[in-house]
This record gives sequence, structure tokens and C-alpha cells, in this order.
Amino acid sequence: MDVEIRVQESPLDPLAEQAQVYAAGPQVGGVVSFVGLMRDINQGDRVRAMTLEHYPGMTEKALGAIVVEAGRRWQLDSVRIVHRVGEIRPQDPIVLVAVASAHRGEAFRACEFIIDYLKTRAPFWKREDMSDGQSRWVEARDSDDVAAASWADGSESPTTARGDARPGEKQ
Amino acid sequence: MIRLLYFASLRERLGRGDETLDRTPATVGRLRAELAGRGVPWSDVFAADQRVLAAVNQTMAGDDHTLADGDEVGFFPPVTGG
Repeated sequence: MDVEIRVQESPLDPLAEQAQVYAAGPQVGGVVSFVGLMRDINQGDRVRAMTLEHYPGMTEKALGAIVVEAGRRWQLDSVRIVHRVGEIRPQDPIVLVAVASAHRGEAFRACEFIIDYLKTRAPFWKREDMSDGQSRWVEARDSDDVAAASWADGSESPTTARGDARPGEKQ
Repeated sequence: MIRLLYFASLRERLGRGDETLDRTPATVGRLRAELAGRGVPWSDVFAADQRVLAAVNQTMAGDDHTLADGDEVGFFPPVTGG
């Protein structure tokens, strides 16, 4: 399995990253990518910019452990995770998770598993700069914990209800 | 001796990002109790109702995790990446 994990301040180019994942070999039958973007509104307030902080060293270790766990559950040819840190603007890609596999089912599930685990286990923190000049740290969401917990030990599919955002829940 | 690191909102509330302790508390839980005993703002940041995560040598660790001389202990709020 090819693995590439990067944390970078420079802009993220999802198409260029995905092209690298395509190249994992002739046995690859599908690539699934998730790209997380910065929204310009959170909890009803306008956000002008965001600053992402991380724990250098632990971040790479935590992401590496998540990829190893994904490789135990599914047959994967290539996994790539690229995460921005530093200042981000609305609509900038924050994170890319791209997974190549012989079959789509494994690629879809592995990609979702990796982003669910990243959101609850990788040491990144967002601080929002609001349009009114205030700034605040983003609070962790319970729904992310529920989503990560849906992947029971060693399971290849979610085993409990997914905890995606419910109507009316502020994100 | 252990090295302590504080991140994100914890770093801002405590007014520091790192420090070195010349002793080694027995466990992560003992270390938390010791830090909480320093008075404000430490007692607020490490109060029992606050969710503060810990990592020992860059791997998440619970309160019963045993500490050893030379360990690096990071404290931080719940993560919000992705």
C-alpha cells in the first residue's frame, strides 16, 4: 500500500493529489476522495478566515496509525492524506483524503473511516476570525464522536447509527 | 523530569506553550491534579468538568497511564481538524 501523509501551510491542490493516487498501479479499480472545505459561516456567524494549529510530530503519528488501521480492515492500494495548517480562507480546501482500491466498496468505506477518525483523533484545532473582528476557538462536535464510534473495533462497515448532522443542529 | 506542552485554547488560557517539570508524577492523572492545584487559571483549565485530552510521547493517553522520566506530555482541548 502506498501511503503519503502531509501537513502543509501551502495551498492544497485536490486534483493534483488525486492524480498521484490514480497512479498506484494497474490493479486499481477506483479512487474515492473526500475534500473538506472551509465554510464562510459557522453557528450563524460570518467567518472571515481561520487559523489551523496542530501538534507537530503527534499529527503525523496519529494519521499514520489511522491509515494502518484502515489497511487492516480493507484491501487498499494507496492512501493519501494532506491537511492544511496556518491561515485558511473560505472555500479553501482544508483536507484531502484519497483512497485507491481494486473495488469501490472498500475505497468508499475506507475514505469515510479515515475522515471520521481524523476528526476525533488527529491533533488539529481551528480558530475562527469573525467578520466583526472577534476570534474564537471552534468547539468539537458530539456528532463527530458518534460518527467515529460507529466503526466498531475491526468492523468493515459502520455498526451503529452514523451521527451525521441532524436537522437544526448547528455546525 | 518531564516536558509539558499546551496547545490551542489551553495555551492561551495558561499563557504558556511548554514547560519542564523536574519531577515525574506517577501517572497522567496525578500530573493533572498537581497542575490543577496551582490556582487560577490552572484550577479552571484542569477542573474535573473540563474536557482536556492528554498525549504521552505523542500518543493519546488516559489518566491511569504511568509516566517515566523523559516523557513528553501534551495537553489539549478536543480536536477540531478536517
